[in-house]
Amino acid sequence: MDRFLPRVLRVDLTRKRSWVEERPDLFRDRIGGTGAAIELLHELCPAGADPLGPENPIVFAVGALSALYPLASKTVALFKSPHTGNLGESHCGGRTAFALRLAGYGALVVEGRSDVPVYLSIHDGGVRFRDARTLWGMGSSVTVGRILRDVEPGSGYRTILRIGRAGERGVTYAAAIAETYRHFGRLGLGAVFGSKNLKAIVLSGKGAIPVAEMGRYQKLYRGLHERAVRSDLMKKYHELGTAQNVGPLNEMGALPVRNLQATRYSEEPAFSGERLAQGYLGRRLACAGCPVACIHLAALREPHPEEPYFYKTTFVSYDHEPLYALGAMLGVEEAAGVLKMIDAVGHVGLDAMTAGVVLAWATEAFDRGLITERETGGLRPRWGDVAVYGEMVRRIADRESEFYRILGEGVRAAAERYGGAEFALHLGGNEMPGYHTGPGALLTYLSGARHSHLDSAGYAVDQDLLRRGEELAPADLARRLVEEEARRQVLSSLVVCFFARGLYDLPTVAACLGALGDDWDEGRLRNLGAEVLRRKHAFKVREGFDLGTVSIPERAVTTPAPGGAVDERYLRRALAEMERWLEGDDGMEG
Amino acid sequence: MAKRLSVVDVERCVDCLLCAQACARRFGEGGLARSAIAVRSAGGVERGFVVVVCRACADPPCLHACPVGAIEKAPVGVRVVLDRCIGCKACVGACTIGAVGWDEGGGKPVICVHCGLCARFCPYGVLALEEVEGG
Repeated sequence: MDRFLPRVLRVDLTRKRSWVEERPDLFRDRIGGTGAAIELLHELCPAGADPLGPENPIVFAVGALSALYPLASKTVALFKSPHTGNLGESHCGGRTAFALRLAGYGALVVEGRSDVPVYLSIHDGGVRFRDARTLWGMGSSVTVGRILRDVEPGSGYRTILRIGRAGERGVTYAAAIAETYRHFGRLGLGAVFGSKNLKAIVLSGKGAIPVAEMGRYQKLYRGLHERAVRSDLMKKYHELGTAQNVGPLNEMGALPVRNLQATRYSEEPAFSGERLAQGYLGRRLACAGCPVACIHLAALREPHPEEPYFYKTTFVSYDHEPLYALGAMLGVEEAAGVLKMIDAVGHVGLDAMTAGVVLAWATEAFDRGLITERETGGLRPRWGDVAVYGEMVRRIADRESEFYRILGEGVRAAAERYGGAEFALHLGGNEMPGYHTGPGALLTYLSGARHSHLDSAGYAVDQDLLRRGEELAPADLARRLVEEEARRQVLSSLVVCFFARGLYDLPTVAACLGALGDDWDEGRLRNLGAEVLRRKHAFKVREGFDLGTVSIPERAVTTPAPGGAVDERYLRRALAEMERWLEGDDGMEG
Repeated sequence: MAKRLSVVDVERCVDCLLCAQACARRFGEGGLARSAIAVRSAGGVERGFVVVVCRACADPPCLHACPVGAIEKAPVGVRVVLDRCIGCKACVGACTIGAVGWDEGGGKPVICVHCGLCARFCPYGVLALEEVEGG
């Protein structure tokens, strides 16, 4: 472990102070990332804390491999989620991990609440609290990014994290946005920023990291680089990006369409990876330290609504999940329509996935008469009508009326107020991701402790079992999922992008750490993964989560997955087994 | 034949920074402190990138700016004689394209030596070593 990794930068917004703490214990025993951050969260977040109160800390963490090895490109954020009321964990790419690590820190913790809107400017070892009153309330998060780009130093080696209006106003699924196109999307980090009067964080770093065994490190780096660039392991992320999933999921009937009333379009959706690449792909980008460049930007060219011969060209980052949530879930037929929706939620700073599921619930509730134009303020939500949806996004972000305020708390809150729980597609309060593949996916959404489908191996296990025509007993499926999830805690402690999970098996991880002077072996890593998973589960339980009573929306078990409708009793039995494992009652060491 | 590092197709740059990482590894360390190549956005990542690296001027302004003769002409580009360098940063200001980097820790300039290591790690062919006429 180098001398920089264990440095935790603490920032107190209430007293406008900052200091550095050395925590070698966390980074030696827990590698960093999620492993270190969950300990900091246990320490710093009091039990029963108000997620939007000053007592809720935001913990950003990177790990031993960050900025050193290929695809160790993510930053983990942990906080108490204002959306679910328990663990908030979100991962983000862009340049955040590089900037934090090369600024000489393993973690950044932001606590308290500023009396006036501020943004943090962190450069060359100094933390400055800058006035953000002029930025507060601005219509678009993109504009905020443009301004900070101009007034702040560090171009080329900085990250600019900011929130939109939705975060300022406490929409519980507001996102924090990095580098315009990457997101700490899920579980409401943007709202936690907003509750602290924190508009943005600009952080730069380009320091050196000493490496214990340079020869070994270089060799490992070259090997991983070659595999990332040349092997098929990363191919799908290379060419079409994650959008390549849209077509196959549609074909197999696992793409949630129109609030999961259906699972496929009759033809290939207009927003499949192939069709977007042909018609719209305008640029590809990478996170710092990653050769894959899975970030795909569409160039959307639109004529000005009134002025002839004026056009605007907007760049929109598309991935499977936003395409699912703001496309398929809303029954959108046109690629341009989905892109406009992704753009709209980005401007106000909402989580794309949750926003899509919320609008889908509202559309169905309107169809069924549970809500009327009285609630919607004269709008008539209708499948595929992106003009209306775009206006609803604005009203949700601005919390315009009681109805939109409730929509700003997700479909669980909406169904509690207006009914329609059977088609409110949330799992434990978090809106569902874009894979209706079967019991594996549902189990990991229900038990998961992380942002989206990246949570888990669920949908991959479902597809694997379908291909083989196999079915597992509930306890066996539970065990397979939870053990894979434990392994992924190691990756999220390093912090390696999960798209590189095929590159980083545990022996490879041990070798990578070895070159940095840290002695690990496969067995110890496996135990660490289990321990981190249990510590996360313990935080959730501390904050009132109960896997035994978590509700399962009727729609998720009545709309057939590719292998048929999922049996709720099967899910309950599997969840009981998962809980036994997570509570450490299965005799396994961890 | 001498070869010069060139930015041959900046449109394919994805801002992965693998070039800068490779450059820093020459010094036996991770990070970016002593990288002689930098990438920044051309005013927002959607507009693409600017790759900043020494272009091996025939008559290098950095060399002329150095008050102590610590920058010498090399077969391609220049070479910094670190023992002679007094760390005044005159060379940094003299380079029109900003390709003279600065090692904060060591207090010395960092200038590309056209070894081509960065090009070997560029996944998309943005960088290449090219023959230089008369080199």
